[in-house]
Amino acid sequence: MTLLNQVKFLVKKELLLEWRSKYALNGVLLYVVSTIFVCFLSRVSANPVTWNALFWIIMLFASINAVSKSFLQESKGRQLYIYTIASPHALIISKTIYNILLMMLLTVIALGFYIMVFGIVPADLGLYLVATILGSLSFSSIFTMISAISSKAGNGGMLMAILSFPVIIPVLIVLIKLTKNAIDGLDRSVSLDEIGMLLVINVLVFAVSLLLFPYLWRD
Amino acid sequence: MYKNWWKILGALLVMYATIAGFLHSVPKLPILHESIRNLYFHVPMWFSMIILFAISVFHSIKYLLTNNATHDLKAVESVNVGVVFGVLGIVTGAVWAKFTWGQAWSFDVKQNFAAIALLLYFAYLVLRNAIDEEQKRAKISAIYNIFAFPMMVVLLFVLPRLSDSLHPGNGGNPGFNSYDLDSRMRMVFYPACLGWILIGYWIYTLKFRVRALDKYTTL
Repeated sequence: MTLLNQVKFLVKKELLLEWRSKYALNGVLLYVVSTIFVCFLSRVSANPVTWNALFWIIMLFASINAVSKSFLQESKGRQLYIYTIASPHALIISKTIYNILLMMLLTVIALGFYIMVFGIVPADLGLYLVATILGSLSFSSIFTMISAISSKAGNGGMLMAILSFPVIIPVLIVLIKLTKNAIDGLDRSVSLDEIGMLLVINVLVFAVSLLLFPYLWRD
Repeated sequence: MYKNWWKILGALLVMYATIAGFLHSVPKLPILHESIRNLYFHVPMWFSMIILFAISVFHSIKYLLTNNATHDLKAVESVNVGVVFGVLGIVTGAVWAKFTWGQAWSFDVKQNFAAIALLLYFAYLVLRNAIDEEQKRAKISAIYNIFAFPMMVVLLFVLPRLSDSLHPGNGGNPGFNSYDLDSRMRMVFYPACLGWILIGYWIYTLKFRVRALDKYTTL
């Protein structure tokens, strides 16, 4: 089977499993919605800068929860089975694609709900949407690899947070800057630097994960 | 003796840089005054740290390719020494900032990103402690080390360029090149960098040899 075929089947498997249980999607959606409510009810002053930072903090924790499941959830037996039938490249690509799809859906829904609850609409909604999509892309590509590392280390959630925060902080800083531009409604040409930066980080992380994952996967 | 010339060179250069750094004449400038001499001590720390981390990544790659435990020891010891240099870099920077910027921690971009870059390597050390099995620890930490290195490069060299820093040479502050019209400072600065890099490398080889002796001799 070619790599493309394997990726297709593995993504299909992930989607099917998710569709049957709807655990990750519903669980994380509930998590995001309740966190947004908690923020709203604690009467955070709706200053756009705080609003923006809060959104990304909520998304950060939600995505750690959502993505860390991708490897931690799989049982040893299933991992061994996948190991025998698929190449490690196919596995990491399919997991990343699945997580990107999940995170995009999640962030867009969360953003809609967040805007509705707080009643603040960014001046440049299109750019804000592009930023959230880029954000979910980088969150999922980074967290997928880190969750693979921490699942192999056999030390669950705690290690996941320690390992991923220093890696994600630069991305988060660029994202917050980009979305701040969108809130202020600055001309889009101002934000090209940040968008390019995020794309470069994504390509870099994805290339490094592709190179390293085969070593990690083989026990 | 003929193999140790670089150690002697390193020691001489550091001695020269320390003595000349305090006694040699420097350009007279407002605000900076004599604190400009910090250039000879603060900047070489960062260069040494980056060289040591690069050595560590090199040995992590070698470890993944050969599975030789010696490379793992080299990788961890160079990170250990590199972290010490990084902390010294932050401390010398903070002392200098206290007198020129008025505050030890001014939330300058470079300060923040350097601190986050160090967090990456502290996470690496925590990851090592979290895994008991020796070969697994070596493999997983090598993978994380390689994964973290491009992020450190982004943190230290790319992101600070996107925003203004208080550091000389950024955000409209004149850089060291424009102070040093007659190359007086270069005569101390370049030997200082080379000397500290050599000393850092020497400390790392010593630490590695002690660690290897600990591991391979049974007393």
